[in-house]
Amino acid sequence: MKRWLPQPLASLSLWGVWLLLGNTLAPGQILLGLLLALALPLFTVRFWPDRPRLRRPLKIPAYILMLLWDITVANLTVARLILGPADRLRPAFILLPLDLRHDFAIVVLANTISLTPGTVSADISPDRRSLLIHALDVEDADQTVAMIKHRYERPLQEIFEC
Amino acid sequence: MLDALTSFFLVVGGLFALIGSIGLARLPDLFMRLHGPTKATTLGVGGILIASMLHFSCRTGGLSLHELLVALFLLITAPASAHLVARSMLHLRGGSGGILDAAAVGSQRCKPPERKAE
Amino acid sequence: MLNVAALIALACIAVALLLSFWRLVRGPSLPDRILALDTMYINTVALLVLFGIYQGLTVFFEAALVIALVGFVGTVALCKYLLRGDIIE
Repeated sequence: MKRWLPQPLASLSLWGVWLLLGNTLAPGQILLGLLLALALPLFTVRFWPDRPRLRRPLKIPAYILMLLWDITVANLTVARLILGPADRLRPAFILLPLDLRHDFAIVVLANTISLTPGTVSADISPDRRSLLIHALDVEDADQTVAMIKHRYERPLQEIFEC
Repeated sequence: MLDALTSFFLVVGGLFALIGSIGLARLPDLFMRLHGPTKATTLGVGGILIASMLHFSCRTGGLSLHELLVALFLLITAPASAHLVARSMLHLRGGSGGILDAAAVGSQRCKPPERKAE
Repeated sequence: MLNVAALIALACIAVALLLSFWRLVRGPSLPDRILALDTMYINTVALLVLFGIYQGLTVFFEAALVIALVGFVGTVALCKYLLRGDIIE
């Protein structure tokens, strides 16, 4: 099982992407997609020496739904900030100490931060223990950090084994 | 009914894409300009893709879901490219080491590096 | 109704493209221009999908997908060049 199906989630997403790309559910395409989805991870598994292990994959859909909702809210917030007077914005760099240790989990967190209200991740410290983020309008930096840690980092910690 | 929904998503998508570009054009600093394209434009394209999904699904009878692929791809790549642009800007202004150090020592709020004369 | 909505959205995207182009011309720094190009390709994806809806054709979709893929690679290559002075390491 482990040998012939090294990355079940990657296989599943490859299959899904193949079917979406063809925009079809023809039996031939389903079979071909399945074949590719099974074969590709076998050849690419060597490029992932340090694969993240999922502890609770069932929490992923909840996280994605929350993310989609937050993206919508983020856009309304940013639209208001952009259209409002520019000199009233209070941009700042904030340093976010990381509790996540795995590279992949940090990437997911950085992407999440970039897509949600008023923050963009800009850089990571060389020791990978803190993330530099830029915020468009900050009232209280500590509060922003606490919000990110509570809302995004904790679920990611639960999903990934860290 | 479906037409109304499609039209709604079209107009909302177009407006958000426009707002993203307005942000890009009028905000004073590069790091502030980053926020427009990464968020508003992504949702703008997302809205138009949802509209396209609805439109072609009802016109052809079958489900038309391959727009999801573009939306998914943009959602993954937009933060990555924003991150790279931010990093290259920090690099041009003399690296992020100064900011990281200052932030680690002092409070968590710190000033951006000096802007070059423009 | 759908046609009117599509026209409004097309106008919005066209103005968005012009604004991004203004930022591309004006700069002032290289990352600004890269960001403007990045916004322009995302807007082009939207424009192509919209034009597909307006014309009732699905053939534009593949073009949109290819532009989304190639545009991202272009942005990454340009930023990489600024960061390292080289694209292929």
